[in-house]
Amino acid sequence: MSAVAEPILTVEHLSGMIAGQQVVQDVSFSVPSVGITAVLGRNGVGKTSTLRGILGLISRRGAVTLDGERIETLPTHRIVQRGVGYVPEDREVFAKLTVAENLALAERTKNPRREFVAELFPDLVARRGQMAGTLSGGQQQMVSVARALLNDNRILLVDEPTKGLAPKIVAQVADALREAAKTVPILLVEQNLEVVRRLADDAVVIAGGQVVHTGTAASILDDRALTMRLLGVSGEVPA
Amino acid sequence: MSGLVLILITGVGLGALYFLVASGLSLIYGLMHVLNFAHGAFLTLSAFIGWQVAQTLGTDSWGSFLASVAVGAVVGAVFATLTELVLIRPLYERHIEQVLITVGLSFAAVALFEGIWGTDPININGPGWLRETTEVLGARIPNTYWVLMIAAVLVLAALVLFLQKTRYGMIIRAGVENRSMVTALGIDVRRSFTLVFAIGGAAAGIGGVLAMHYFTFVSAHLGSTLLIFAFIVTVIGGLGSLTGAAIASVVVAVLQQFANFYLDGTGDFIVVALLAVVLLVRPRGILGRKA
Amino acid sequence: MTTTTGVPTLVRGRLGPALPFLVGGVLVVVMAVLPLLNISIPGILPGPTYTPGTLALLSLCLVFAALALSYNLLLGTSGMLSFGHALYFGAGAYGLGVVLRFLEVPLWPGILIALLGGLVIALVTGSVAMRVNGIPFAMVTLAFAQAGSVLVRRNQQITGGEEGLRLPVEHVPDWLVGVANTRNLYWFTLVVLVVVYLVVLWVDRSRLGHLAQATRENELRVQVLGLHPYRAKLAVFVVAAGCASLSGIAYMLLQSGTQPSAVGADLTITVLVMVVLGGVGFRWGAIVGGVLYTILDQRLTVLARAEWIQDLPGILRVPLSEPLFLLGVLFILVVLFLPGGIAGSVDAAVRRRRGERTRSELARMDDSAEPRSEVTA
Repeated sequence: MSAVAEPILTVEHLSGMIAGQQVVQDVSFSVPSVGITAVLGRNGVGKTSTLRGILGLISRRGAVTLDGERIETLPTHRIVQRGVGYVPEDREVFAKLTVAENLALAERTKNPRREFVAELFPDLVARRGQMAGTLSGGQQQMVSVARALLNDNRILLVDEPTKGLAPKIVAQVADALREAAKTVPILLVEQNLEVVRRLADDAVVIAGGQVVHTGTAASILDDRALTMRLLGVSGEVPA
Repeated sequence: MSGLVLILITGVGLGALYFLVASGLSLIYGLMHVLNFAHGAFLTLSAFIGWQVAQTLGTDSWGSFLASVAVGAVVGAVFATLTELVLIRPLYERHIEQVLITVGLSFAAVALFEGIWGTDPININGPGWLRETTEVLGARIPNTYWVLMIAAVLVLAALVLFLQKTRYGMIIRAGVENRSMVTALGIDVRRSFTLVFAIGGAAAGIGGVLAMHYFTFVSAHLGSTLLIFAFIVTVIGGLGSLTGAAIASVVVAVLQQFANFYLDGTGDFIVVALLAVVLLVRPRGILGRKA
Repeated sequence: MTTTTGVPTLVRGRLGPALPFLVGGVLVVVMAVLPLLNISIPGILPGPTYTPGTLALLSLCLVFAALALSYNLLLGTSGMLSFGHALYFGAGAYGLGVVLRFLEVPLWPGILIALLGGLVIALVTGSVAMRVNGIPFAMVTLAFAQAGSVLVRRNQQITGGEEGLRLPVEHVPDWLVGVANTRNLYWFTLVVLVVVYLVVLWVDRSRLGHLAQATRENELRVQVLGLHPYRAKLAVFVVAAGCASLSGIAYMLLQSGTQPSAVGADLTITVLVMVVLGGVGFRWGAIVGGVLYTILDQRLTVLARAEWIQDLPGILRVPLSEPLFLLGVLFILVVLFLPGGIAGSVDAAVRRRRGERTRSELARMDDSAEPRSEVTA
């Protein structure tokens, strides 16, 4: 892992429970303050739960440090106010609110970066008054990402942003994330290894609720045996 | 014909009363997943205090009537806010216990009301016009129904304006859909909880004072019977949907009047039967969201 | 994750599991013998234990203990929050009265018919109510109880309307009628309590009970296993209702009459208070809750008439004169600070001493009731 500066986020011995079931066993890793760090692993291994655990959306134990400050004792909304943007799996836009309202709800700071977002997602500007529930999957994903980019965050937690999207939209979302990563570090859960290869600098692999491997994304994906063992797929891009 | 007109109009009027009580319940459940049993207590206390205000100012004047309604709204809002802050908030996310505590509150409150104001219903008076009727298409409609309808329309309009045009309204609408995502956007939903309780309490307070005039008496149990109908309406309309509650209020009340008039006073049964039918056919209610 | 519905094994070794039965057996014997003794507990009992007044109070305690036990079967074992349980209690009480009056049968067949009636009503209402879970389920049960209450109030000819139904004593054997025979009525209610307890115990320990508990924790998993959560819950519902009807029958005999308040939501809420006070999920908690509530209600009513209370300034006198207010406040305090109730707190204390993790029953219900988002990554 590149250790250029202090990591922006450190997770130590995170364990999490949902409805009495343990979904995260003992996860520890750091996220560097620059670039995109991917979280890899098979289905059901606890990647989404890890992100939700960092935010306190599930019942969890362990230490979470954001930019030197311990945040695990704070309620979720305070953690987010400290500068954590969240793009959840399945987008979770508010269907009965318009696009504009969805975005307005997300604005936390005095000067939200509306122009930045408008440039990245011109389609959303055109659809300001449209009910978010009537948007396509890709458009909803734009809303979800835009929400996280409106504020000056110290880190973005992004969960499977390309899930279920057409290849063209996947490319658009990936571009948006690449653009965003220029100014804010991203922790990215992603199953689409092509996207991981394109975007991620470092990677953390989770299996059985624990971190089993860390390294640069390229080195992990290039190691066929490793990816086969840990992810169940080859890391190669299909021809 | 005049019988039909009577049923329809009084049905809508009664539905207006149900809506006043159910609107708060629906919002509270939609946002907080708490079934507020104490809602009836908010209603009853507002009625009692509204009555005391009207008594001091003179029950015949419209001014005192309006004052008692306003006081009722304030009392309802304050009682509800205190309840949320002291009893509900400490039990954050523990929904079963929150329901239980509202049950306990209503249990204790009714007993206290009986202690303060006695167990017998107290007959009340209002502006003379309320005791009269107005003729519409051959039917003589008691004027209390008009007041109920006006109040419900005003409250509905105010609620819709609030929900659509204010930031807190937006937060509440979003929270009803997906509360955890609202928190994940950095918003403290708990403030919205208190607000929703206060709004519900105010609406219940208005409903309480008007119910008192509708029944022409006030008693410690005023809220309890109305509450059951309000619950039924909320479930049929879909928990969390304001429009659903509005529609269901009217449908339930009209059917109730119909059954009372033509089917020998079986209004209460029809309502329960309707609930059973709705739950068998469409468990989430008319406009409710899938769980 | 196992659920406690009994006393934790306080004593290790082979004597351990048998201890509750020994204690229970001794308690039953002591209770049976009470009417023959001259024990006075001033302040709690209105008189020595052989007096009809005290025996009537104790019998009422036993009736409500049985009702509380039956409700705990619903709430504690199966996690079903019902607001209409009193409907079946009332069905038993009114059922017995109506059957004796109009069918003119002797007592024992009358009891059987009333019980069957209660079971049938439970089957019908339960199968409708169980189409939904959680809060909507609670609402349906509430509505049904309300309908029952209205039915009873309106039908003057059959149920006596607002004034209630008197027990037609012509059809009741002499040894169960009259103040002098309060002792016999006491023993009758004791038998009812023991029967209800054994039924509840049997359900809890049987496959049915385990299935219901599993369903409470995770209904989806039960379904996936090919079992039928709906049938299990309905079976438990009907059994609980049957026990409630039996309690209602005992109530009718004890009071020589019943009234509409025995049917409505108010009584269910009272039972809910009893069970929560005693401790949700604990059989002995339900009994303690039922007895404690009944005695407190009685005693506080008497206390309210005391001179020193009457002399207090209004702001103190009014709340203290309303037993239900005090009980309601107690209930609120218990939910806020002692959600395990009496039995739960005792159990937690014992377990903590043994280093086990404790979790109140209500908290566990919160866990499984809360819809969680499906997590796939």
